[in-house]
Amino acid sequence: MNTLPVDLLLLSIATPLAVALVIALGVPVRAAKGLAAAAFAVPALIALFLWSRFSSETLHHTYAFYKVYETGLQGVGIKLALGLNGISLPLFVLAGIVGLAAGLYAIQSNAERLKTYLVLLLVMQGGLMGVFASVDIFFFYFFHELALIPTFIMVGIWGGRDRSYAAMKMTIYLTLGAMLSLIGLIAIYYKSRAGSFDLISLREELLANGLKAGVQKNIFGLLMFGFGILVSLWPFHTWAPLGYGAAPSSAAMLHAGVLKKFGLYGLIQIALPLLPLGAADWARPLAILAVVGNILVVGFITIAQRDLKQMVGYSSVMHMGYAFLGIAAMSAAGVGGVVLMMVAHGFSVALLFLLSTSVYHRTQTFDMTEMGGLAQKAPVLAAFFVAATMASIGLPGFANFWGEVTIFVAAWKFSPVLTALAVSGVIISAVYGLRSAARVFFGEQTEALAKVVAEKPVTDLTCCEKLPALILIAALFFIGFWPKSISTPLNSALEVIYPAPTVQLAADAAK
Amino acid sequence: MNHELLKAAAESNQWLAIFPELLLGSLALLLLALEIILPKKQHTTIPAVAIIGQIGVLLYQLLHFNSVFVGHDTFAGLLHHSANGQFMRAFFLLASILVCVLGTIALAKQKMPRIEFFHIVIVVSAAMMLLAQSNNFILLFVALETVTVGFYILVSYFRTSPLSLEAGLKYLIMGALSSGLLLFGIVLLYGVAGNSTLPGSSADAMNFNALHTFLAANSHNFLAAVGIVLVLSGVAFKIGAVPFQIWIPDVYQGAPTPVTAFLAVASKAAGFSLLLILTQSVFTPYEYLTTPVLGLMAAATILFGNLAALTQHNVKRLIGLSGVSHAGYLLIGVVAAASQPLAIGAIGFYLFAYLLASFAVFGVMTHVAGADDADQELEHYADLAKTHPFLGAVLAIGLGSLAGIPPLAGFMGKLLIFIAAFKAGLHGLLLVAIVGVVISIYYYFGWIKAAFFETWRAPLLEGETDPRPVRTPVGVAAGVTLATVALATVVLGFYQGAFGDWLLSLKF
Repeated sequence: MNTLPVDLLLLSIATPLAVALVIALGVPVRAAKGLAAAAFAVPALIALFLWSRFSSETLHHTYAFYKVYETGLQGVGIKLALGLNGISLPLFVLAGIVGLAAGLYAIQSNAERLKTYLVLLLVMQGGLMGVFASVDIFFFYFFHELALIPTFIMVGIWGGRDRSYAAMKMTIYLTLGAMLSLIGLIAIYYKSRAGSFDLISLREELLANGLKAGVQKNIFGLLMFGFGILVSLWPFHTWAPLGYGAAPSSAAMLHAGVLKKFGLYGLIQIALPLLPLGAADWARPLAILAVVGNILVVGFITIAQRDLKQMVGYSSVMHMGYAFLGIAAMSAAGVGGVVLMMVAHGFSVALLFLLSTSVYHRTQTFDMTEMGGLAQKAPVLAAFFVAATMASIGLPGFANFWGEVTIFVAAWKFSPVLTALAVSGVIISAVYGLRSAARVFFGEQTEALAKVVAEKPVTDLTCCEKLPALILIAALFFIGFWPKSISTPLNSALEVIYPAPTVQLAADAAK
Repeated sequence: MNHELLKAAAESNQWLAIFPELLLGSLALLLLALEIILPKKQHTTIPAVAIIGQIGVLLYQLLHFNSVFVGHDTFAGLLHHSANGQFMRAFFLLASILVCVLGTIALAKQKMPRIEFFHIVIVVSAAMMLLAQSNNFILLFVALETVTVGFYILVSYFRTSPLSLEAGLKYLIMGALSSGLLLFGIVLLYGVAGNSTLPGSSADAMNFNALHTFLAANSHNFLAAVGIVLVLSGVAFKIGAVPFQIWIPDVYQGAPTPVTAFLAVASKAAGFSLLLILTQSVFTPYEYLTTPVLGLMAAATILFGNLAALTQHNVKRLIGLSGVSHAGYLLIGVVAAASQPLAIGAIGFYLFAYLLASFAVFGVMTHVAGADDADQELEHYADLAKTHPFLGAVLAIGLGSLAGIPPLAGFMGKLLIFIAAFKAGLHGLLLVAIVGVVISIYYYFGWIKAAFFETWRAPLLEGETDPRPVRTPVGVAAGVTLATVALATVVLGFYQGAFGDWLLSLKF
């Protein structure tokens, strides 16, 4: 139950949206910058505060800070129910912090039509906080779409190469994914006969009377492909590198870092626990698609990239393969690993997008073959970039390591062969990660770069750029050295949502 | 007819029950009188009288929403007052007010008589309001013809424009054909129901209650089945469902923009309220026939509307064809309503969201259009968001709502229809609907793209003029209207409150 005097969850959603409205109504640019900074800071601070409070809260069906509002559709079982459980808490924190970093980076970017840009980012931020704070699966979907639409406009207006094409392709793919998952969610709602979209009542109803295996199989298939498209499951991943390559940096940070996790979160929080038999049917195809498609095929494609931003985009598609593998393992451990990895990947990919744009501002190109030797001129930038790359590869000491290791351990029981293949993917990440760091920052300066540098001397990261980067890297280190801060609440939720008999049943069915 | 019967009929003439319609009729006459009485200089105030008068009627209608007549028949069974009918009356009034607001903007660009436009719009609206409460085929036909004849004039109102005249002619021919089909269907039903050798036959088979009794007693009569299909075809013309959609693109393009909006919203809604009355009460014994026919129509309508809209460059044709696809989604609701009462509320919500979104878009269109009303191309929207951020925002909200994007009202409408369809087990139609929604993203966002994304244009050569017509500055009344419509679209997406609650509890 919610014991706080103010509903902070609602506040974290409403603040960015309200400020977006205020800025849209017309305030001077300077005031808009200050307002926006405050509006990005509020959700982040709320997230950190709730994180610290979580362990002392009494839980309502695994949810803390639970509160319900009626919005007029209670007739069909739709209510705005907010709350955080062990699975959503880490992602809520991720959304708050990456949002703050992306917001600060946007404020200092001096983009054209900055106010519109900030309005759209704030709408996106409000949606993101809502996605992970919703207990009602309808509003969970609703907030995702709310966050999705601004990306389309941001890519189209402030995007880079091929922005028009990229925006259209991204929107059509993501709408298809969203529509499939919407139908899947309505199917769960209807077939469960709970008469409500509330995840708690759905879970209770389905725990008492599980659905028939055939029905579960169909619904899980819908959700797997629907959510899968949103998370760039191979072969539906082509929108991702293209879109991220074209998107302005803050939009790419928020989308790749946070919004994309929506699909995985939906699979973990909704599909897998509610439809264990359906998941068991689909686990093997999902794992094969993830390992062969996302990890190996896309991994090799990533190695071949010359464009820095496209490379980061492809690498994020590749890392989603590990997450799918962890889900396919269908165990509490595997799912726990996925949550850890989602958080870690969110921070590291956002950091990489941020740094690539900072590199671009210094080199005027994303082509890695036309860079080199930047480390001498910009040592701090180089240090950040190498650290972010190491995190993304999964070096111990960074949060990503814990996620990937847990996934591999859990997946080994499921299929040693696929796990072995997936582990070899780490080598692929090391190849492209280290190669890109070497190409950009070390070695000799290329002639092309020398020309650019002659016109505009390279400076190191400015203070305004450092702040968001520092926030992200601090978060990575914090979770890397103290994963317990996430895993304790996570375990408490997983014990309830993934009871041993269900998992065992599903695991047996998988064999 | 004996004396008692006449007396009973006279006593059932509850004029108060149709007071809003009477008020509208008087208002329409008042406008014409004012045009004669007032000096020419003051003629500009007459549209304001029309709008304010209708707002008054709307307030009256809302205040008397739960009138004592709800649930009863009046005028010897000609009218049946239902909660849904009350909703539709308010709906048509609102649409008519918005059409008049758009009319003031569009007519200012033309050298045309003004007052008749408002007069006809108001008369047509009154007829639609009666239509939504009809309980008798004679009243239905008369009301429908009043609407259609009014539209013949309105569609060709810009009589100096060849396209407008062509549209009027096309609408006339197609409208006559559809009226013919409808009438033929009615006559067949009347004839077969009057056959005294059949059980349940009635001398007064024009009345829906009597006809329903007959149909229930003869649920597999071939002639009645033919009659039902013909009646449905006649209504399908009005809503623009495949295969009766052929008139839509040309008529929508040629008609003045406010009339296009009127056709797209009110005329379509009238068709649907009629369809609901017929399928929910009169034709229920023939569900085995109407359900597959309407289901097939829905699937074809969604696919055709979306695919045909993909290649359009003229925004009026585009919105016309996209409106065809909306008719398809609504038809899914009608099919679902056969077993799920929830679908009725869903249709109501969908129509209301569609009204708000459509008028947002049409409102922007009237501002962007030049003197040639039929020439409204996608390219004319270039840079709109930069030069007119307000219009750009309203357009984006309207199109987003039409596309069914959360958090806008249009999404909620689609969601409720989808839920109802799911409950009714219409999985195939749902699949078609999803395909349709995904296709529609391309052209709706293509339009937003045209208004928002900057594209490089060749600089104008000497002597060349900008192909984009000069945009009308946004006036106070139009600005307030557009802002209200857009805001309502956003708010209804987030919070439906008592409105949503009331709609979902709606039964027929």
